[in-house]
Formats: sequence, structure tokens, C-alpha cells
Amino acid sequence: MLTFESVSYRYAGAARPSLQDVSLVIGSGEVVGLVGASEAGKTTLCLVAAGLAPRTVRGTLSGRILLDGTDMAPLAIHELAGRVGIAFANPATQLSGVAGTVYEEVAFGPMNLGLPRSEVIDRTDAALRALKIIDLAEREPALLSGGQQQLVAMAGLLALGPAHLVLDEPTAQLDPAGTRLVAQALARLAMDGASILVAEQKTDLLASICDRVVVLDAGRVALDGPAAEVLGDPRLADLGVAAPASVRLRRLADAAGASPATLSHLDGALALEATT
Amino acid sequence: MPELAMESVVHVYERGSVRALDGVSLRISAGERVALIGQNGSGKTTLVRHLNGLLRPTSGRVSLDGRDAALMRVAQLARSVGLVFQDPDRQIFAGSVAAEVEFGPRNLGFRDAELRGAVDDALAAVGLAAESRTNPYDLGASRRKLLALASVLAMRTPVLVMDEPTTGQDQRGVATVRGVIEGAHAAGRTVIAISHDMEFVASAFDRVVVMGAGRVVGDGPPASVFAAASWEMLRSTYLEPPMAARAGERLGLGSTPTDDSLISALVRTG
Repeated sequence: MLTFESVSYRYAGAARPSLQDVSLVIGSGEVVGLVGASEAGKTTLCLVAAGLAPRTVRGTLSGRILLDGTDMAPLAIHELAGRVGIAFANPATQLSGVAGTVYEEVAFGPMNLGLPRSEVIDRTDAALRALKIIDLAEREPALLSGGQQQLVAMAGLLALGPAHLVLDEPTAQLDPAGTRLVAQALARLAMDGASILVAEQKTDLLASICDRVVVLDAGRVALDGPAAEVLGDPRLADLGVAAPASVRLRRLADAAGASPATLSHLDGALALEATT
Repeated sequence: MPELAMESVVHVYERGSVRALDGVSLRISAGERVALIGQNGSGKTTLVRHLNGLLRPTSGRVSLDGRDAALMRVAQLARSVGLVFQDPDRQIFAGSVAAEVEFGPRNLGFRDAELRGAVDDALAAVGLAAESRTNPYDLGASRRKLLALASVLAMRTPVLVMDEPTTGQDQRGVATVRGVIEGAHAAGRTVIAISHDMEFVASAFDRVVVMGAGRVVGDGPPASVFAAASWEMLRSTYLEPPMAARAGERLGLGSTPTDDSLISALVRTG
């Protein structure tokens, strides 16, 4: 369980806080989507949740963040590493830069947790297979494409298997198939009891993987509720967030004067396509 | 206005053994809006980096208006083809937004009113006119990305190439990028963009080139590339047609790659 209690954060030198009085609970096994306009505070919330701000990014934090009920504040960054994992939108930030092959890169995290060799191998293999990048195992991370690097970074996170995961646009550079693999991997982690917070611009992806969606606006929680409800909320556009394709198309058809029968056919087709 | 051509271009990275491009032949006429799609690692970024001379083919030929790009100086290429990177932090270095945008056109010899006009127009096009004195690193990641776009726009190159321009942009940012494409197109410039956002691809481009494993596996207008007959080809390179195309096919409406085409077909038939 990942808990935010009245969390505010102001970057050093910033005129206004990036987060204001954010309270959220992400239960064990829950996937919560985080959306909002640019600079609404999504990345800051991810950094704070992973303990990187203010530890590595200067600023002032107020309120508390709890991991399974334990206040994170006194924990050192190495104590957090095995408990909460973070993925950045830009995979180049994420990769260790010290591994000569994809395999070593993915094994880097579990090795540093001091796990036995056989478990490191098992976890690394499982993560590479889950994201279908086993054929990249012997390649050099720096020579991969942006999207491939993003999958490698995600595999590194899967291999660590933290109970709390914070993902900042984990599929930004992925093709649709890569996006689907990441979605499946997150669903499996949630089934194993992980608490997952995922910031995304792709509301279609959130509609398919999230139980709940939270909308940030100027650092505050503007909406928080079941995914279908929030993603279908007419206020979403004013908050700078694009509705999922199915919601958008339904509204366009309605506005164009489609008959009730036509709308219900469209609903059926959209529902089928959203799940495939 | 240049015509871009690639003839049997192969590219193997120095330390690698993989053929990132495995025989690409492509001709792009002046004024076209071309989207480049394909699975991760299919060679899209490698391809566009050949267009401004950042990479040279291992074999084959890239040409602008029939002139071999390998024989042209970097400055000549920079004047013709502007490339916006996927990751803005690979190209931003100046201390203010205005200085960042000014750098390119100044190097191309723009001065005084022409320089100011180029910078102002570019900043206005991406919605950063009010931020000219801001330090680029005080902007959030999505606006830094728009800044990187502005600094290439300001060079007023006849060809504008963008690597995943909508990634990380919110609704407004995507609308801004669409506006930039429309503006460049109206001015007669060629626009080439890599994207994984199929809805954006279908609605903002005239032509879609599909890459798979270093080769061109599909090429045509959105209505044909996203038509049901092409889905197997798309899926072979791990792509999905946009929602409008899939819903249209399920409803028996033919090829409806964009929201507009789906809605008008829907209203027309029932």
C-alpha cells in the first residue's frame, strides 16, 4: 500500500508549489492512473512517491508518504530501492550505463539486492520474456532504439519486483504491441499484490489497465474515482486531458446527430475494440 | 523545394552487426506530409537521421533534388532539412528560450529583422512567445520539447523532420504540434514525422510509410494503410490501426482511418 497524506512539494527556487495537499491511497493490488495537463504535477508526484524528491532533487516536502504504513521520510535511498521502483519517461535516464549487454542491465537491480545467483537468473529471464525482448539479451543497451531501451528499463524494474511501483509515462516511446506487453506485465504485478501508480497521456491505455484514475490540476487532485467514470467525465477536457478514443468517438457521433440505434451499434463496436 | 530520395539505403551502426536499415528506397516530393510508423527498433530514427546527414549510408544513396547528400556540406544540408530530436535535452543548451531559438537561424546567416521574425514566429507557433527570457530548464519536459521544435522551425528549412513530436504532450501540446504541421504545410514545406500515435498519424498526414525490420513494408495514404486489407501488414510490424478504423470495419463502413471519416460514414448510413 502506498499512501500520500497531505503531500505538498515545492522545488528549490520555484515560485509556487508543484504539489499541494495531495492525499491518495493506492491499495495492494491496485493500479491507479495519474493524468493531468503538462506541468500539473504528475512527474513531481512520481519523484516524491519514489523518494527521489527531495533526496536527489532539491525542494521542500510537507505531509507524509507511507509504504505499507511506514513513513518513508527516515529511509535512506538504498533502503527504498528494493521497496519502491520508478520508471521514467526517458529510458536513457533509467539505464545504468555500466552494463555491456541488455542481460546485464536487467540483472543489475536484483544483483544489487544481494539475491542468490539462481534467483537473479530466474528473475532476469522472466522479465526479458514478459516483455518479449529475450532476443535483445546480448545487445548493447546504448545501441538500441528509444522504444527498445524503454522496454529494457521496464524489464529491469520487473526483475526488481518491488511491492510499490511508480511509472512516469512508461510507454511514451513504445509501439502499440510494446505498450500492450507493459500493460500485461503491470496487471500481473498487481495480481501479485503490488501497488502501482502510472502517469500517462494515453488515456486509452489507462482505461484498459486501471481500477482508478486521479486527475491533477495545478498540483492538486481535481478528480479521483473509478477509471470509467473519471475518463468519461466531461470536465476532463478543461483539465487538459484527452478522453479515450471510445469516449471521444461516442461524443462526436452524438453531436453529429446519429440515431439512437446507430449510437448503440457504435457503442458495441467500441466496447469490443477497447478490449482487444 | 527539394525532393528527397533514398535509394537502396543500408545502414549498419559501427559497433553493431544489425542492419538498422536494410535496403530502403523512398521518394518524398516537396510539400508532402509523411508519417513514418513501425515497431520499436524498426529503423525509423535511423532513417530520418540520414535525411540531414547526421548519419551516412553504409551503402546506397540519399539525395536532395538529385544531388548526392554525401557530397554536400553539413551546412548545406542544415539549410534544407531541419531535424527535431525525440529527446529535447539532446539539443537544448542555451541559457534562455530566445537564445536557444536564435542559435540555428543565426548560424544560417539570418540577421536583424529576419532573425527576429524567424525567432518570434517560431516561438509563437509553439505557444512560447511569453517565455523568451526563461531558462529552458525551468520549463517542464513537454514545453522543452516544444522549444526544441521551435529552434528547428526558426531555421525555416524547406523540410521539417520530427521524431515523435507528440510524445509527452498533453491535449493542448498535441494541438500545438498539429498547428505547426498545418502551418508548415501551408507554407509549402515538406513535413516528415515519426509517431506511434496512430490517430495523430491518420488525421495529420497525407501519406504513411510503414517500417518493419529496417525495410519499408507499407506506403500509401492513411485510407489505404489503415484499411482492413493492410491490417495483417501492420500487425506484422506490431502496429494497430487507429480506433476509428477498427470501429468502422466492425460496423461495415469501409476504411475510416480518422474520427471525421468514421462519424460521417456512420451518420450517412444510419
